[in-house]
Amino acid sequence: MAVTRKKTDWFPYMLLVPASLLTLVIVAWPLVETFRLSLTDASLRPTTNFVGFDNYKKIFAGTFPTIIARTFYWMAISVSLKMLFGILGAVLLNAAVPGRTLFRVLIMPPWIVPIAIGVFMWGWMYNGQFGMISGMLQRLNLISEPFEFLAYANSSFLSTIVTDVWIGTPLVTVYLLAAMQGVPGDLHEAAWTDGASRLYRFRRITLPLIMPAVATMSLLSAIWTFNSFDIIWILTEGGPRGQTTTMIIDTYKTAISRFRYGEGAARAVMIVIFLSLFSAFYFAMISRIGKREVGND
Amino acid sequence: MINRYRWWEYVLIYAGIATFLAFVLAPFLEAFLVSMRPIDALFSIPYRFVTEGMNFDSYVTMWTSVPLLWLYMLNSLFIATAVTLLALFTIIPAAYAFSRFEFKFKNGLLAGFLAINMVSGAVLIIPLYKVMQQLGLLNTYFAMILPGAAFVIPTGIWLLRSYLMKIPKELEEAAWVDGAGRIYTLWRVILPVALPGIMVVAIATFIAAYAQQFLFALTFNSTNELNPLPVGLYQFFGQQTVVWNELMAASLVGILPVLIVYIFLQRYIVAGLTAGAVKE
Repeated sequence: MAVTRKKTDWFPYMLLVPASLLTLVIVAWPLVETFRLSLTDASLRPTTNFVGFDNYKKIFAGTFPTIIARTFYWMAISVSLKMLFGILGAVLLNAAVPGRTLFRVLIMPPWIVPIAIGVFMWGWMYNGQFGMISGMLQRLNLISEPFEFLAYANSSFLSTIVTDVWIGTPLVTVYLLAAMQGVPGDLHEAAWTDGASRLYRFRRITLPLIMPAVATMSLLSAIWTFNSFDIIWILTEGGPRGQTTTMIIDTYKTAISRFRYGEGAARAVMIVIFLSLFSAFYFAMISRIGKREVGND
Repeated sequence: MINRYRWWEYVLIYAGIATFLAFVLAPFLEAFLVSMRPIDALFSIPYRFVTEGMNFDSYVTMWTSVPLLWLYMLNSLFIATAVTLLALFTIIPAAYAFSRFEFKFKNGLLAGFLAINMVSGAVLIIPLYKVMQQLGLLNTYFAMILPGAAFVIPTGIWLLRSYLMKIPKELEEAAWVDGAGRIYTLWRVILPVALPGIMVVAIATFIAAYAQQFLFALTFNSTNELNPLPVGLYQFFGQQTVVWNELMAASLVGILPVLIVYIFLQRYIVAGLTAGAVKE
């Protein structure tokens, strides 16, 4: 079938019709429409006017720059923690100790169960009067009175991060574990014969070889974290006093809760711009890693 | 031997694993304990793990406190299943095209599909709401199924494509020589051979579809009878007096289906998640 035919073969295009149709309606068209709406004053009113870049001027004169900074701050802490715990977890689960198969099964639930339900559980954990964390800290005499984690700026910011890390870490862990298991065993054996310590082997063999997987996962994780909605919405709805409001939460509030579609769309466009930068970075990295691997073969 | 550890290394490894698992499993343990406590023991101070009079009453009373609970659970299962089937219907032919044929714009189209992974439904929520409105799909199952399926397509295509590329081309060529049509070949020759790969994609899709049933249902649906479990329970979460023990009992029962799927099929799930971590 490799013979090139003069006439265009329509069969592969036909195979793509169902997937294209669905993604055009649900993703591509809304994406274009977001850009268009961001240049209008669309709201619940029946008439919509073209307003140029007014929405952008408006949001950048307001709180939006703070929210952008906060979103990056939130994402940076969350992704760093996920990668740190993920690498630690993968090292631990990669150790040849009895019971490791069971441990590998046990780490996945946070990622498997519906996100919203995991967050309900955390909602109770953070409860100041009766929740587990505040209760345990009181019993350990670390705090003297109930602490309502979701009521204060700093603690609610950290609490939403902890829950996001809880949901994201299992995937990072199994991904990096798979990468570690792909490291050829004979490399370790050769180093071991030469008397290299375990820590030295990890630093000089395992870590360099899983670096592409770490880099890939960091970027994917950054993209997912940037898009994260459910966790903050259920725990705090962006509060207290907007202190956990990220770009996504702000967009949703503006558009869906306050019906300011135009201003909401301008926020969404900013998110899309940041996400495209991440993705450009991601694709560039993937192709670089791919080339290096081809070179090694 | 290379994998022999000294005693203190065993202690370190197990202590590390125990800490890790404690973080991962603490909310589940807490939810279970809360679901067992009578409501007045729930609000007792100081905090203790085991309180007096623990029982399974909430697992009985929740069905009357949350009258539509069974419906929410069925809706969740139905939506996740429908998303999986619709997604497979679009993923299989697309992955087949990308793995087997050379055509114009192939790489561009593939990159286009993969780029979908970069945005989430939350970013596109405004026009998506209008699309649903114009198609008359607000407050129907479709408003939750269609977006749910669209956002799992890229990962599915990527996974299945790499699986299909490993199937030898001679298989189709033999079928064509025997005079089989191309659709027939896909259906009767390729699909059976690719079944393990399709299983991985189907399970990964189902789990993702079951896990992400919040945003679209919250935004596009206001008919309570159609709500999936997360949104159904969320309404109770927001109330002034949350009946926490019943809410936790309902949450735990609600996650049982995926946990069962996971325990039996975890090998496939992990395979689906980690594809790409290792160079083939």
